[in-house]
Amino acid sequence: MNMIVCVKQVIDPEAPPASFKIDPSGNKVVPPAGVSPVVDPYAEYAVEAALKIKDASGGKVTALSLGSNQLRDIVKKPLAMGADELILLEDEAFDGSDSWSTAYGLAMAIKKIGEYDIILCGREASDWNAGQVGSGIAEILGLPSVTLAEKIDISDGKAKVQRKTDEGYEVIEISLPCLITASNEIGEPRYPTIKGIMAAKKKEPVVWKPADIGVDAAQIGASGRHTKLAKLFQPVREGKCEIVEGEGLEEAAVNLAVKLREVKVL
Amino acid sequence: MAENKGVLVLCETKEGKLASISTELLGGGSKLAKDLGQELAAVLVGSGVSNLAQEAIAYGADKVYVVDDPLLKDYQTDTYVPVMEKVAKQAIPQVLIMGQTSIGRDLAPRLAFRLNTAASLGCLELAIDPDSKLLLQTKPVYGGNAQAVFTTESFPQIATVRPKAMAPLAPDQSRKGEVIKIDAGLDASAVRTKVLEKVPEEVAGIKLEDAEVVVSGGRGIGSAEGFQQLEELAKLLKGAVGATRPPCDNGWVPAGAQVGLTGKIVTPELYIAVALSGSSQHMSGCSSAKTIVAINKDPEANIFREARFGVVGDWKKIVPAFTEKLKELLAK
Ligand SMILES: Cc1cc2nc3c(=O)[nH]c(=O)nc-3n(C[C@H](O)[C@H](O)[C@H](O)COP(=O)(O)OP(=O)(O)OC[C@H]3O[C@@H](n4cnc5c(N)ncnc54)[C@H](O)[C@@H]3O)c2cc1C
Repeated sequence: MNMIVCVKQVIDPEAPPASFKIDPSGNKVVPPAGVSPVVDPYAEYAVEAALKIKDASGGKVTALSLGSNQLRDIVKKPLAMGADELILLEDEAFDGSDSWSTAYGLAMAIKKIGEYDIILCGREASDWNAGQVGSGIAEILGLPSVTLAEKIDISDGKAKVQRKTDEGYEVIEISLPCLITASNEIGEPRYPTIKGIMAAKKKEPVVWKPADIGVDAAQIGASGRHTKLAKLFQPVREGKCEIVEGEGLEEAAVNLAVKLREVKVL
Repeated sequence: MAENKGVLVLCETKEGKLASISTELLGGGSKLAKDLGQELAAVLVGSGVSNLAQEAIAYGADKVYVVDDPLLKDYQTDTYVPVMEKVAKQAIPQVLIMGQTSIGRDLAPRLAFRLNTAASLGCLELAIDPDSKLLLQTKPVYGGNAQAVFTTESFPQIATVRPKAMAPLAPDQSRKGEVIKIDAGLDASAVRTKVLEKVPEEVAGIKLEDAEVVVSGGRGIGSAEGFQQLEELAKLLKGAVGATRPPCDNGWVPAGAQVGLTGKIVTPELYIAVALSGSSQHMSGCSSAKTIVAINKDPEANIFREARFGVVGDWKKIVPAFTEKLKELLAK
């Protein structure tokens, strides 16, 4: 099984909400001071999904990441987890991408890699939460796709994918090659082992520029966008929490119950 | 090429009726159509769905496209995308909206790429810009820490909308509209997937998404036994129990109880948040609740920035006394 997993570096989504700031230009997020970026947690589920398949059926896992200023210690994490190779699409020309230009750049790189049975992506990315890159890559490459995978089994040259639905789940059989997006139900991403970390240290990523994947500058980064960001803002919270008190917690609890009755919430 | 015109709503069905998300979208869609001075159309895709066209008209559609074919019984990317491509090319809408559902979130992006346009998923609000007449697509980003307004200059402008973000119109059975049948024209051999089984989640009691009261617990609850106390409170209030991610990951509650970005979106009258910190990822699943009440031992917890009422302290002391008092008050 040849697998390609799309990952990316993002601002740590679990940084405290109070540290979240928008640039005065109103269209960018300011990375919180002192919080290092991380591999997108959603993409880590995709890496985990690929490694689970590798554990069960063998194969090769190539991680593919698009962006600029990718910190090696961060983006090497998939290698430390057990991926075999890392390819970085790294150039400032990729900056300001939306789902379109990201999917296009990744798809062209995947074409260049050439050999693959399964392409894996996270269900969405934790920065823009667009949820479209996986489907976009599949469409550009003309592949069948399943989104929101909770579990993947490979047998007889096909994948059986348990897909999360609003009602529960469904099991879909899909022919290979295909694209699958992973949801968190895949299971906690494994921790890198010491051996994995050492191996990752020694391995240098392959770096490709737009010209290496034969892309036209007009179709990537900000110029390849199909959407415009008209506004980015933090919703104003009323922030008027009334703290109900009492002599001791039991009384406070009783007062809360009375209060909720009074204001007819209950 | 003909000019793009009108608003098209993809209607989903549930148990032989229009799904609630679809009547909501018809309500929201009719407002957008009015602001554009154009028509609202609906599209029904499925097997045995033709009889629902009149219902879509009653809920506001001026026109209904129907694609009825046994191959469309279950949603599959490989069948719905070509069918919707065909519908979009015949209807030529300016705006195409779907629900942020298992179907919409898979279909919308792939269709957008096929039609060489763009989509925004999980919108909270859609509006027509009075000057440009473009669709303003507002959605949470950065895990709910911020919201973004996107526009697209290619047509159709596609968006999926979260459940309960729009309100249905009161159905008017006397409304008249046009029904247009479109042949699916599918080639079964081009379908590269097969739905082997569909397994509904088991829910005891009220479904989270439908509950008027939700009692949610976080990491601070500490155990499955702890959640039983929340269960008792929820039962008393005829509500449902939700959770943040850690209790689900730890198996204290079923995975289906997770509320948030990657879990369920709930819009109850009352959301009681117990021993959870109020992370943006969690809040994006419950911030539309009418009233949020927080119980947390940390006065600095973010949840107190989101809540209307709160008590600071150990939930183990607070929840039992709160439940007892409510029992007494509600019995009166
Ligand atoms: C990409 C991504 C997606 C995510 N999706 C979701 C999602 O859909 N839903 C979700 O919930 N999370 C999600 N998360 C996780 C999220 O970021 C938080 O980690 C999680 O919500 C924290 O859960 P918590 O509030 O229960 O735990 P914590 O943040 O650890 O908070 C526990 C709280 O309990 C309080 N507490 C502890 N003991 C007591 C006590 N005895 N009495 C009273 N209070 C007590 C503490 O003061 C603290 O505030 C996601 C994360 C990522 C990165």
